[in-house]
Amino acid sequence: MTPAEIRDEILDILEDIAPDEDLGDLKDEVAFREQLELDSMDFLDIVMELRKRHRVQVPEEDYGQLASMQSTVTYLTPLMKDLQKA
Amino acid sequence: MYDTIIIGAGMSGLAAGIRLAHFNQRVCVLERHYTIGGLNSFYRLGGRDYDVGLHAVTNFTPKGAKKGPLARLLRQLRFKWEDFSLSPQIGSTIAFPDVQLQFGNGLELLEAEIAAKFPAQKDAFQQLLAKIIDYDDLDENNFGGSTRAVLSATISDPLLIEMLLCPLMWYGNAREHDMDFGQFCIMFRSIFMEGFARPFAGVRLILKNLVRRFRSLGGELKLRSGVERIKVKDGKAIGVVLDSGEELEGRRILSSAGLVETIRLCEDITEVDEQQAGQMSFTESISILDKQPKQLGFDRTIVFYNDSDTFHWQRPTDALCDMRTGVICSPNNYMYDESDGDLPDGVIRITTIADSDRWMALSEDEYKLEKLRWYDRTIASAVRFIPDFRGHVIDTDMFTPNTIRRFTWHDNGAVYGAPEKRLDGTTHLPNLFLCGTDQGFVGIIGSIVSGISIANQHCLRE
Ligand SMILES: Cc1cc2nc3c(=O)[nH]c(=O)nc-3n(C[C@H](O)[C@H](O)[C@H](O)COP(=O)(O)OP(=O)(O)OC[C@H]3O[C@@H](n4cnc5c(N)ncnc54)[C@H](O)[C@@H]3O)c2cc1C
Repeated sequence: MTPAEIRDEILDILEDIAPDEDLGDLKDEVAFREQLELDSMDFLDIVMELRKRHRVQVPEEDYGQLASMQSTVTYLTPLMKDLQKA
Repeated sequence: MYDTIIIGAGMSGLAAGIRLAHFNQRVCVLERHYTIGGLNSFYRLGGRDYDVGLHAVTNFTPKGAKKGPLARLLRQLRFKWEDFSLSPQIGSTIAFPDVQLQFGNGLELLEAEIAAKFPAQKDAFQQLLAKIIDYDDLDENNFGGSTRAVLSATISDPLLIEMLLCPLMWYGNAREHDMDFGQFCIMFRSIFMEGFARPFAGVRLILKNLVRRFRSLGGELKLRSGVERIKVKDGKAIGVVLDSGEELEGRRILSSAGLVETIRLCEDITEVDEQQAGQMSFTESISILDKQPKQLGFDRTIVFYNDSDTFHWQRPTDALCDMRTGVICSPNNYMYDESDGDLPDGVIRITTIADSDRWMALSEDEYKLEKLRWYDRTIASAVRFIPDFRGHVIDTDMFTPNTIRRFTWHDNGAVYGAPEKRLDGTTHLPNLFLCGTDQGFVGIIGSIVSGISIANQHCLRE
């Protein structure tokens, strides 16, 4: 997957977790927490969905890397580059 | 072999099941009753639909709200706000002999009422609000502590203290007399700061959504499948034996049956401390009217009444029921969509505190007689606070602690479970967990959140 595809995938997960959110003007460099009011339960869900959909394991000490779209894509790029987009 | 076996198809068990099935676990929900819902089920009688428990779905926040338990559970279960079809209340009342406080969804009306009726307490009430807002419901460590102590340190008028406690204890306090401060804050937010709503179709709509989702994710639901025993080997739960004798294996077990009730099922335990079980049980008297309550001059959604200046929250000590306090609910009095119209019948439901031991000790004939007697007394007590509707009753139903026990198997027919909660959901076995009432969160929304959070904490992290 390319970084752009990974970004789409994260958007898809966010849409799934928070269907009432407007994700159209999400700013990639600003923390999700500031834009979307996600709580700790929701963050766990991003991790769980990555595991469910792509078998990507994010260890607990790396959860901080998923703070914004930009940092998430950067963090996931090496982990997901060999995966095919579904 | 299941990844997780869940005991109980009430709100908490079904919610936990959805979480686990969504993340590809093999899950089975086992329910002893022939239907789902537990303490908040539904039934049909004499051609009419009834709800067992539903007065109000608490924690109501409007579409688009991102904070609070309702928003949280919708996200976690991947439901849309519309899926629960919640219509907000018209307005509710705390009715004591000389003072009434009205409240609606959101704090505004209650604040105005307190300012008008307890002007000297206006600032004290703001101080109390600050304490409630500071309380962190995800931190278990400050859950305990006496609410009465906090209230009397803040508010100097004892009547206001009793009036605030009345609805909050009624809708979620397992402890007699006093309340854990954490529970008080949770209930205060859910009732006074968020609010009440109801689906036009009643609780069946919520339950059917939960079950449909659970099944569509591959979850298995087995009704008439009571767990008779939890099998234990080398200090771990390894599966369950059903009432039928059938055995199922599971890597872990999540039980919503209650703490004492669950521990009693474990093979390795010979004696349980039954004193730990909850004591607060209720009767519910349902009257079907030939008119909408509004046509009789009654438009309140919920009325919490108490007939003196002191509110007594305890199991009755000298009679089957306590007639001093109760809750009156009219499911008609919600702001339903115009397209829904009115409910087919007028309905008034009244809850009173009951002594389960006394109810349980009656013979079958006495039981029938006492039900009639206490239905009449309950209505007579309630019409001191609302218009007398007795000339308009065309059908009735009543249930008692015996009914609750018979269909949910909770000790003492306790509705809010044990006073000592197991907030972390653990038991003496490393792979047996508790969710629902005895874990800590009560009510429809509370128990759904409980199922979700225990599933997340203990069943999904590996
Ligand atoms: C009269 C009344 C009015 C209420 N009104 C409201 C209201 O207006 N608003 C609100 O929010 N809440 C209300 N509640 C409270 C709410 O219904 C409960 O807090 C909630 O439903 C509890 O859900 P639970 O999953 O924790 O427990 P339960 O619903 O009790 O679920 C436990 C399930 O486990 C099953 N079970 C037990 N033992 C076994 C076994 N050995 N094997 C298999 N299955 C077993 C039981 O049959 C039950 O279905 C009311 C309750 C009552 C009784």
